[in-house]
Amino acid sequence: MSDKNRGQKGDVLLEMKGLRIEGRADEEWIEIVHGVDVTLRRGEVLGLIGESGAGKSTIGLAAMGYARDGCRISGGEIWFDGKELRSASEDERRALRGRRIAYVAQSAAASFNPAHKLIDQYCESPVQHGVSSRAAAEKDAKDLFRRLQLPNPDTIGFRYPHQVSGGQLQRAMTAMAMSCRPDLIIFDEPTTALDVTTQIEVLAAIRDIVEQFNTAAIYITHDLAVVAQMADTIKVLRYGNTVEEGDTRAMLSAPKEKYTSDLLAVRTYKRDERPRPEAEQPLLQVRGVDASYGPVPVLHNVSIDIYKKRTVAVVGESGSGKSTTARVITGLLPPKNGDVTYAGQTLPPDYRQRSKDQLRKLQMIYQMPDTALNPKSRIRDVIGRPANFYLGYSGKQLTERVRELLRLVELEPDQYMNRLTTELSGGQKQRICIARALAADPELIICDEVTSALDQLVAEEILKLLQRMQDELDLSYMFITHDLATVRAIADEVVVMQSGRVVESGPKEEMFTPPHHDYTDLLLSSVPEMDPDWLDRLLEERAELAKQGRVLKAADN
Amino acid sequence: MSKILATIAQRLGLGLVTLFVVTLIIAGMIEALPGDFCQAILGQSATESTVQACRRENGFDQPFVTRYVTWLGNTATLDLGTSLSNKRDVGEFITVRLENTLFLAAFAAIVAVPLALTLGILAALYRYSWYDRFVNVFTLTSISFPEFLVGYIMILLLSVMTSTLEGGSWFPALATVRPETSFADRVHLVFLPAMTLTLVVVAHMMRMTRAAIINLLASPYIEMARLKGIKNSRIIVKHALPNALAPIVNVVAINLAYLIVGVVVVEVVFTYPGLGKSLVDAVKFRDIPVVQASCMIFALTYILLNLTADVLSIVSNPRLLHPR
Repeated sequence: MSDKNRGQKGDVLLEMKGLRIEGRADEEWIEIVHGVDVTLRRGEVLGLIGESGAGKSTIGLAAMGYARDGCRISGGEIWFDGKELRSASEDERRALRGRRIAYVAQSAAASFNPAHKLIDQYCESPVQHGVSSRAAAEKDAKDLFRRLQLPNPDTIGFRYPHQVSGGQLQRAMTAMAMSCRPDLIIFDEPTTALDVTTQIEVLAAIRDIVEQFNTAAIYITHDLAVVAQMADTIKVLRYGNTVEEGDTRAMLSAPKEKYTSDLLAVRTYKRDERPRPEAEQPLLQVRGVDASYGPVPVLHNVSIDIYKKRTVAVVGESGSGKSTTARVITGLLPPKNGDVTYAGQTLPPDYRQRSKDQLRKLQMIYQMPDTALNPKSRIRDVIGRPANFYLGYSGKQLTERVRELLRLVELEPDQYMNRLTTELSGGQKQRICIARALAADPELIICDEVTSALDQLVAEEILKLLQRMQDELDLSYMFITHDLATVRAIADEVVVMQSGRVVESGPKEEMFTPPHHDYTDLLLSSVPEMDPDWLDRLLEERAELAKQGRVLKAADN
Repeated sequence: MSKILATIAQRLGLGLVTLFVVTLIIAGMIEALPGDFCQAILGQSATESTVQACRRENGFDQPFVTRYVTWLGNTATLDLGTSLSNKRDVGEFITVRLENTLFLAAFAAIVAVPLALTLGILAALYRYSWYDRFVNVFTLTSISFPEFLVGYIMILLLSVMTSTLEGGSWFPALATVRPETSFADRVHLVFLPAMTLTLVVVAHMMRMTRAAIINLLASPYIEMARLKGIKNSRIIVKHALPNALAPIVNVVAINLAYLIVGVVVVEVVFTYPGLGKSLVDAVKFRDIPVVQASCMIFALTYILLNLTADVLSIVSNPRLLHPR
């Protein structure tokens, strides 16, 4: 690697002044970033934080002189190491990308080309930019894979992306960004698509490698707790404007703006656990269920009890069988063994054999409100259909019922009744999904990751709404989530799942107090905390435990 | 590898079923044709008794099922029967015709496929440019004209209008090849029909190539390649094209099949002694064995080319070729 004159630590590397970016909506250009200033020094890590629509990614990409299709940089200056990128030619910008400024994307699985081996994609930048030969780049790749603690560093590069797990891919992508030893790397939500347990290793790897090569970085995320571990300074963005900027520790301990303190407070909502009623029959019982997709077994002897007016949170990593359990309960996937009983009665395994009333009592709310709502439907029809189908409302009565349901989920009926589902924000769509589930007048609602596609402030409002519904309507919830902050917020009981098995279950307070099953410990300890020292401390603790023979590490790391 | 073999076996099995269904359809269609060989060959002046005698001689008086089963059995043992009109062995006769058709199809394919892919890739690279629009309009126009019209225009432009008083012209209007015609002469004789076919098939393949590549340009891995500072042309060829192969291969296969099966009109326009022309002649004279054999070959062509396309799709997809 040619180690060109990298300048001194502390020299200004990137300076964006009055950056303005426009996006095309229909035929118009609308400004989405309104004059933001960014200054980054060599060896420094800047955290960009904000909710969706804040312009974080757009600003990050602008640091490479790049705007996505349908966007354009419309004002301001972008100085990178003495060169103004907006006035530079496309060839000049291209020469910088990959070589001096690199990018790590949110989903490595989508951002690696499925047609090529990892090592071919690693070597592309150094070879194409003329930084090193193919042989040298290959040797360097293996070295970096080793430093990032990828398993089998000498051979993993010769695999295709689909043959490598998500956490490993994300580290391979970080290695790829390092391939030309750039001065600056843009990390765009690099751990958002990962499980918390996998996230730890990736965060640690990114931090080490950035320090080792004295690389400057912009770290984009919506998660303050994550950015607290990574960044020297934090810039809070909202609607394309800077809200606040400052030293990480200073900002976390004393935020100046209300919006920042709202973001900081977001994970603190918590409801006390209610004790399980004595000698009461569970409303829903899953008893010893085995299930499989075709020949592949996915659930092994799963048993869960849900009591009336209680919330059971089912937690676990992706692939642990949480959603499959929901599919068994709703009758979408008949089990191989075991059964599901409701109020003492065994439910037919296939939903097609269940009575209308059995179907009515069990409703579902999904993770992605965008795909769970028909984009061509009007809201009155979306909510009205179950009310008509299950309860026979029609005409004026139906309209009145829809209005009532909309008021229940805190949406003004006159304003929303006749809108298309596409004319809503993410949080509003999820409210419609809740109203739709309530329209059937259910007793138990299965909530499958209902807040994970939402911004944190919006997610919290949805949680509070669900809580209010439970208090008013005596509902039971089965709450599938991978987010332990959500569990802490609303659960009474917790079921921990891993690889299709229930590893531990019990009342919430018990589950949040050690000691635990190793997996529960791993899951609990992996949730990032706002404390900037959290990651260091956690890694130390785990190293200490490993000496005693207890290895807490995600399976795919 | 086993995945590919399993697919091939499965598709071959399905292909056999399809072929069987095709035999039923062919037999039914022939049965539905008005008149028969005897009426066609003996003419309207023939007496009823001579026609009856002719029918008996050729076995047309047998019931439909008997004739169908006999034919099916013979075809399965590759005995294609004897032509009614010239009493020659259909297998031999058809082979010569098939060779001619394959020669024409191969000629057209060798020009059309690389041309369509190149035009498509360039159109994706310079999308929405004047080049892109011109290629789109030109190929769409050529596909919109009926083949025979394109053929006649070719004859007009490249044969009639270039002819001299001495009787020479750039290219001959009639592609009458004989078994003894040399390869070089064949290429010259077949040039116009091959160009006509090329014009007809290029549009489809070119537009699919363009669309498949452009469809991928919004993928995160293409953005990643851009952010790695990779040149545009390399992004198209190295990053987009390998992932676009499956749809492209399928369209190419359909068009190759069309080159063999769909040449009927073009062969007639240029009086080229290929399979298509022989089929038309055979239908005219109710020469049933030739009709049956030609139809079976056409069906087989479609099945085999689609099988090839499926296998190539698997080979071009690392997810299927290299499972986890």
